[in-house]
Amino acid sequence: MANRVTVLVPTALRQFANNQETVSYDGDTVGAILNSLTTEYGELRQHLYRENGQLRNFVNIYLNDEDIRYLEKANTPVADGDTVTIVPAIAGGTATEEPITFSSEEIGRYSRHLIMPEVTIEGQKKLKAARVLMIGAGGLGAPMGLYLAAAGIGHLGIVDSDLVDDSNLQRQVTYTTADIGVPKLTATKRRLSGLNPHIEITTHEMRLTSENALELFKDYDIIADGTDNFPTRYLVNDACVLLGKPNVYASIFRFEGQVSIFGAADGPCYRCLYPEPPPPGLVPSCAEGGVLGVLPGIVGALQAAEVIKLALGIGEPLIGRLLRFDALKMQFREYKLRRDPDCPVCGPNPTITGLIDYDEFCGITLTPEVNLKAQQEITPVELKQNLDAGERIVIVDVREPHEWAISKIENADVRFIPLGDLPARMHELNTADEIVMQCRSGVRSAKGLAILQEAGFRKLKNLTGGILAWSDTVDSTVAKY
Amino acid sequence: MRVIWTPEHQEQIARHSEAGYPNEICGFLLGTQTTDAKTVLEVVPAENSWAAPEEHHRRFQIAPDVFLREERRAREAGWTILGFYHSHPNHPARPSETDREAAWPGYSYLIQAVQHGRAAEIHSWQLRNDRSGYDEEEIITRSLA
Repeated sequence: MANRVTVLVPTALRQFANNQETVSYDGDTVGAILNSLTTEYGELRQHLYRENGQLRNFVNIYLNDEDIRYLEKANTPVADGDTVTIVPAIAGGTATEEPITFSSEEIGRYSRHLIMPEVTIEGQKKLKAARVLMIGAGGLGAPMGLYLAAAGIGHLGIVDSDLVDDSNLQRQVTYTTADIGVPKLTATKRRLSGLNPHIEITTHEMRLTSENALELFKDYDIIADGTDNFPTRYLVNDACVLLGKPNVYASIFRFEGQVSIFGAADGPCYRCLYPEPPPPGLVPSCAEGGVLGVLPGIVGALQAAEVIKLALGIGEPLIGRLLRFDALKMQFREYKLRRDPDCPVCGPNPTITGLIDYDEFCGITLTPEVNLKAQQEITPVELKQNLDAGERIVIVDVREPHEWAISKIENADVRFIPLGDLPARMHELNTADEIVMQCRSGVRSAKGLAILQEAGFRKLKNLTGGILAWSDTVDSTVAKY
Repeated sequence: MRVIWTPEHQEQIARHSEAGYPNEICGFLLGTQTTDAKTVLEVVPAENSWAAPEEHHRRFQIAPDVFLREERRAREAGWTILGFYHSHPNHPARPSETDREAAWPGYSYLIQAVQHGRAAEIHSWQLRNDRSGYDEEEIITRSLA
């Protein structure tokens, strides 16, 4: 007489067995019972067996309370009333499907790392597996990018939207004179992949915003902030804290630099140090206050060292410490930083749980602060008529270089002077000329008009609606952005 | 399929993942299931029984006898095993090839990313019946009334 055996089907597989929790078969061995089961319910087969007919590694079959692996496996005899249970082994882990290996060329290249007991080939593998995102390809990004690429950081991402400008070359050593006017990321990628062809470089040519930061950061392990403005610093800080990623931070001004690591587990964040941004205009940017060209070389290299240490997991990272460097005194000082228990983003009771409007937070308003009189405005149509009538008019375009690259007013005497440079470069303009100030929408150019008016210029008009209105009402071939 | 749970369940997994860092941690999700939703009623931590402890930073396993015990306990409570959670230290909360080989359809696989010791994003995945890949499941976090 055959032995009647009950098979217990785990929840996950019941859908392939007509949603039954138990099924019963006659047979003499566990193998025979399972064969009957997978013959009746064919779909179960691929989940229990590999293509060669072997039980999958992650399937355990129990006869009553014993794993058949320790009995006679599939040949284990069964008795009437026995229970066979399919027990899924639950296992997994992080992706290591492609073991990290090095070509002989890479071994030679990294040999000075490999012979250090603190690094060795295991450490070099960590560098190759690391995913680092640099924010900004400017003064700090230039040395940092070079050293991270040279060190063999396997995945290097860079965010920037600027073009190389001649004023960059005094410190941004990745660029050459021939790169002027080229997108920074195009030139950076060319330079870094020439330095190390064994790494993957991803360029993100965009402005970092509250809308794209979280999505962009999530694929990276370490973020390195080398930007020069407060809204982006707070944005990078908050995004790193929200995602739990360390932010290797540096900043520079004139002769001084700072380096720290924010957003690390148990460490403070940028808001613990500076809960509120300074009032707009109080702290000048490098474009306004200048910077010693070699300073970012030193500070960006310190930043790179901290990124590499984090990736290797060695040494004492600058978590909870702010390192300040003074190039005039040639002096380093260290300040202890503590986590602020009331920090609105990394404290125990955060009030900031998503990204906010950082321009607004930093007091940068996009509404015109300058109220021009009606006679100081000129519409695009009027400007076109005056130009066509042969009037001598100088247009001063106060937008940034990357904006000029997108679109500009053609066939006119246009002078490109970014708003921030206007005070220093107004001598290039002549008070005798009829001047029309122009920007994208008319806001910045109104500020520029006020600056020139203050300086004694009188024949000034502001192009109402900027190049956007010019595109709408005069020349639709001019790109809007 | 949607996974419904409370903020406390989410917190429990985040803390467990951080405590175990840099190793992977794992556990069970027990509760009840309808045709379109799984309601988590208990999060049960489990020991990482992967044979080689030096690989615990990138591998986990739940021992079959622990599975049998939890399934029995769930059945007695009128519940079922909805799925499992595990952590990915310094890796995104996406299933790896290692995960796919060992995965089962029907169960939810919640992956908690832990970046440098701090719990980061969490996502839930279900293996397709043809084992070709995963579908992401929506996680709904709400307090019990």
